[in-house]
Amino acid sequence: MSYPTDRKYTKEHEWIQVNGNSATVGITDYAQESLGDIVFVEVPKVGAELAVGKTFGTVESVKAVSDLFAPASGTVTEVNAELATAPEKVNKDPHGAWMVKLTLKNPAELDALLSAADYEKFVAEEAGH
Amino acid sequence: MGAKMVEFNGWDMPVEYPASLGGGIIAEHMAVRTGVGIFDVSHMGDIRLAGPQALAAVQHISMNDASRLAIGQAQYSAMLYPAGTFVDDVIVHRLAQDEYLLVINAGTREKDFNWVRDNTRQFDCAVENLSDDYTQIAIQGPKAVDLLQRLTDADLNAVKFYWVTRGWLGGLENILMGRTGYTAEDGFEIYIPADEQTSARVWNEILAAGGEFGVVPCGLGARNTLRLEGKLPLYGHEISDTINVWEAGLDRFCKMEKPEFVGRTALEKAKAAGATRTLVGLEMTDRGIARDGYKVLDSAGHEIGYVTSGSPAPFLKKNIALAYVPKEFAAIGTQIKVEIRGQGAGAVVVPTPFYKRPRAAA
Repeated sequence: MSYPTDRKYTKEHEWIQVNGNSATVGITDYAQESLGDIVFVEVPKVGAELAVGKTFGTVESVKAVSDLFAPASGTVTEVNAELATAPEKVNKDPHGAWMVKLTLKNPAELDALLSAADYEKFVAEEAGH
Repeated sequence: MGAKMVEFNGWDMPVEYPASLGGGIIAEHMAVRTGVGIFDVSHMGDIRLAGPQALAAVQHISMNDASRLAIGQAQYSAMLYPAGTFVDDVIVHRLAQDEYLLVINAGTREKDFNWVRDNTRQFDCAVENLSDDYTQIAIQGPKAVDLLQRLTDADLNAVKFYWVTRGWLGGLENILMGRTGYTAEDGFEIYIPADEQTSARVWNEILAAGGEFGVVPCGLGARNTLRLEGKLPLYGHEISDTINVWEAGLDRFCKMEKPEFVGRTALEKAKAAGATRTLVGLEMTDRGIARDGYKVLDSAGHEIGYVTSGSPAPFLKKNIALAYVPKEFAAIGTQIKVEIRGQGAGAVVVPTPFYKRPRAAA
């Protein structure tokens, strides 16, 4: 799979797509592939404050529990309620099945994240281990 | 095969196979419940005891009654420490008049072999570690017998559950095939020579013959969820060197009418004293998945026990767990909590096994 170039990526395998002052967050194809069958997604409620680099939720597959790390600081404005009942959508369409939308607190934080090309290189190295 | 590998007790083992091969833990699990799956379980260990006093030796080191075994019959049993806790659980096969094969777990292979050797020195019987001589492949599911029958001249339908047979298989002579498994499903476990070329060839022949049955190669992930639905114990989880037979609820495999076996004296005392904790089945009533090691809380939030194994159950489509709790919390229907990321999530004690295969399948 190629990684969409319209967004940025973390080394913890989240993606963030920015639109003005707001952003959409999800997990990458590499993340869903590593986790396997996803059966549970837990994200904070609308209004919650996320701090960059801190955990803000959990994704569980049949075999593993994985934390979600905030790619940027901000306030949750929307959560993808569909994932509560259909978490397998993250496996089927990881770059479409978003988890939360945010109002960004400090858009400059995004400068520290990886581009699609750099992320692709990063996961190629991870997979090689 | 492009499987996701993990190191398991020093073995590189597949956790799950890729979706392109019909894999993924849920798909693999469902294949075994509704069709057939095959597992490479070559990490399992094998110990052979043979000689005039082989039966006496097996009786001394195992809690079930091996004197009840006819030639060709097998039984679930366990080896115990003098404290009545577990060295390992084991399947004891009687292969001949004075010959027994113990199939043991991967993580405990060396420990088990040393234990058997050291505790059977007083008997006239040879103890051999055959773990590196055999590759074990498990063919499991309601269509397992039909699939394996395509590859062997042995009459598999005539083999009862927990009996073994021998026959031609994939061009090999005299292959041991036992109607046993670790999935709570019908099926066979076969023992083939361990050289890589032979085992790979047989594995591929089973996969090829299984095409018409929709066979799916299965990894350790599905093996764990399948055995959990069937409440089959896993060493280091439901049984260990700190858990005794009564706590684990394995009473029916422990024959106290046998005059002597390692662990018996302690078990007699433990029985008189009464178990203070017991293994129960839990089903989550709140959103959340109980995982191995999570704390179990009473309704007031006090810690009362711990989860030994917990997972989503792919066939039952529920989040289930096994846990040790004090006896007063063991009644079916008791409401308790499991601590998940600092929060108590509701769960209820349910009957086990969680899954029982339909009778007609065997």
